Amino acid sequence: MSEARAQILGAIRRSLKRGPLDAPQRAEIAARLAAHDRNLVPARAASLDHAGQVDLFQRMAEEVETTLTRVASAAEVPAAVADYLSQKNLPARLVMTPDPQLDDIPWGTRPMLEIRRGRAEVTDQVGITGCFAGIAETGTLMLISGPESPTRNNFLPDTHIIVLRGEQVAASYEEGWSRLRAARRAADGNVDLPRTVNFITGPSRTADIEQRLELGAHGPRRLHIVLVDDGPAS
Amino acid sequence: MEPTSNAFKENAHRALADANLQKALGMMRRGFPNKRATALARLPEFDALREQAKAIKDHVLENLDLYLEIFEQNVIAQGGQVHWCRTPQEARETVLAICSRLDAKTVTKGKSMIAEEMALNDYLEQHGVTPVETDLGEYIIQIRKEHPSHIIAPAIHLVKEQIAESFRQTHKGLDPARPLEEASALVAEARTVLRQKFLSADVGITGANFCVAETGSTVIVTNEGNGDLTQTVTKAHIVMASLEKLVPTLEDLSTLLRLLARSATGQEFSTYTTLSTGPRRADDTDGPGEYHVVFLDNGRSAMLGTEFQDMLRCIRCGACMNHCPVYGTVGGHAYGWVYPGPIGAVLTPTLLGVDKAGHLPNASTFCGRCESVCPMKIPLPRMMRHWREHEFERKLSPAPYRYGLKAWAFLATRPPLYRFTAAVASRVLGWIGAPHGRFRSLPLAGGWTQGRDLPAPEGRSFMSLWAERRKAGP
Repeated sequence: MSEARAQILGAIRRSLKRGPLDAPQRAEIAARLAAHDRNLVPARAASLDHAGQVDLFQRMAEEVETTLTRVASAAEVPAAVADYLSQKNLPARLVMTPDPQLDDIPWGTRPMLEIRRGRAEVTDQVGITGCFAGIAETGTLMLISGPESPTRNNFLPDTHIIVLRGEQVAASYEEGWSRLRAARRAADGNVDLPRTVNFITGPSRTADIEQRLELGAHGPRRLHIVLVDDGPAS
Repeated sequence: MEPTSNAFKENAHRALADANLQKALGMMRRGFPNKRATALARLPEFDALREQAKAIKDHVLENLDLYLEIFEQNVIAQGGQVHWCRTPQEARETVLAICSRLDAKTVTKGKSMIAEEMALNDYLEQHGVTPVETDLGEYIIQIRKEHPSHIIAPAIHLVKEQIAESFRQTHKGLDPARPLEEASALVAEARTVLRQKFLSADVGITGANFCVAETGSTVIVTNEGNGDLTQTVTKAHIVMASLEKLVPTLEDLSTLLRLLARSATGQEFSTYTTLSTGPRRADDTDGPGEYHVVFLDNGRSAMLGTEFQDMLRCIRCGACMNHCPVYGTVGGHAYGWVYPGPIGAVLTPTLLGVDKAGHLPNASTFCGRCESVCPMKIPLPRMMRHWREHEFERKLSPAPYRYGLKAWAFLATRPPLYRFTAAVASRVLGWIGAPHGRFRSLPLAGGWTQGRDLPAPEGRSFMSLWAERRKAGP
């Protein structure tokens, strides 16, 4: 296939009526890639202070059928989860990612919640995960894969509950990328991206039948956020 | 898929007579354009973003060879592989080789127009690998043995009664008396059936909305989450992409994503936007064991540097077809190949040859809505006009049309003669047509008058009135 590679690259250069780019041109593109310059970022979220961004996040999330409960501290999360489940008539049996973000939550205060930590299986009805960030602009959650956060936990359970901290709310996707690069930068300066980054905006849906919106096509039917509003910025 | 683009006229006639299709298209014409307009009204920066997005893609296309090389380096650095394929056949063989090596019996598929372009499903099936489409619309048309009629809503030509009937025929193990009148029941049934397919599949194939050069990541955008299950629970993730999907950075990606969902479905953001980088990491507990990106050229490298280069900015949102009066009347199947609507009118002759698809660039009213709604500002009508010119130059258009055009050109380049002939013709037609005010049929123009009447000319021509006013003026 290396022959095909050479032919395709050669055909591109012929069509563009030039040879391979020279060193200065290559350096220019390398510099463009390294700069990570942002293009226009809409004012919608960028113009707000952090508390305003958290409010915008909530409004935008609720617009796309995400539900959201705000609590003041990690200690209140188990009660919020238990209330949500009973209100929706859902089983109190949960699969929870082995994410250290969820370790400071006193789950033992609600012994009725039956929690298994690990990878979701097809029989799991309800799953809880943490997340990497919330994007205020569109009420979008940003989740990353890793040993503590398998991707399938975001898709297999019918009900997906996400614990989001106020300080994790960012204005824009660009802000999300900046935070991800900072969090994943190794000592040598290289950024090691996780295998998967999921941006999730509302529960799974389809309009493939007569353009009518139906929730729960393949991923979760319900997406519920417990927002812990204890961030120093808010 | 065997192209039937040359039968556009017959296809269109059939489409106009299809009551179910006309009902479904009616829903589409009301749906997408309104939702898009609402989304745009909420984002004052939309037009400025379009300009930037266009500049990003133009920059990529001018430096495409280098961006592809950088992307490839980064995929390899993350433990993945890039495969370069000039033709659909090379791409089919590449995918099959991966499946065979992994001893794959079943592959699940997310939506991929490139896979449609290379007719991947038929090929896999012929070689003992069962492909299962997982996007609901794609699944419906797969079990009906049809082709997509829209690039983002493949089953938009169907009404729910047709889908219910297909489900009853295909899902044989279920209670035949189950109610399937509501869309929700159909969605729930497809979810249950496909969940099993995901878990038993060996390989997952998805398309790519974007390929990010700086990270070697591929990006898919879905609402259902099917593309995510496809790539997460299988042994290998194969990404089908065409060369022009490259974007430089994650920042550039963000700009394009702001345009895509709003232009396509009128959503602020699609439900799932997923960035995939390499295979699962050593300590991950899920994710694919292998990651392959299969690049298909299939004529795209030859579009660079031509009047069709702008077409390679396309991000496949479908806004052009959602707003096209021709698409809205005949639907996608009439176009006879993978890409319908204004995209198809430009791309199909480019990829298959104008001799196989010359009708498509002619199936346009040149109203210009496609260009005005295109988030990437692709001059679609101009490119259709280029194809009409090519067709004329290569003598592919019908003889009466060419001679008629030549006769008109002869007159049009001689203004006094043109005015004289027009004056005579309009007087004669006005005199003959005066009793009825219009003509129901005309010699040599039977095709034209089949669908409309020609009004009989009345009074004097614009040119003569204009000349008189200029003389009388200041």
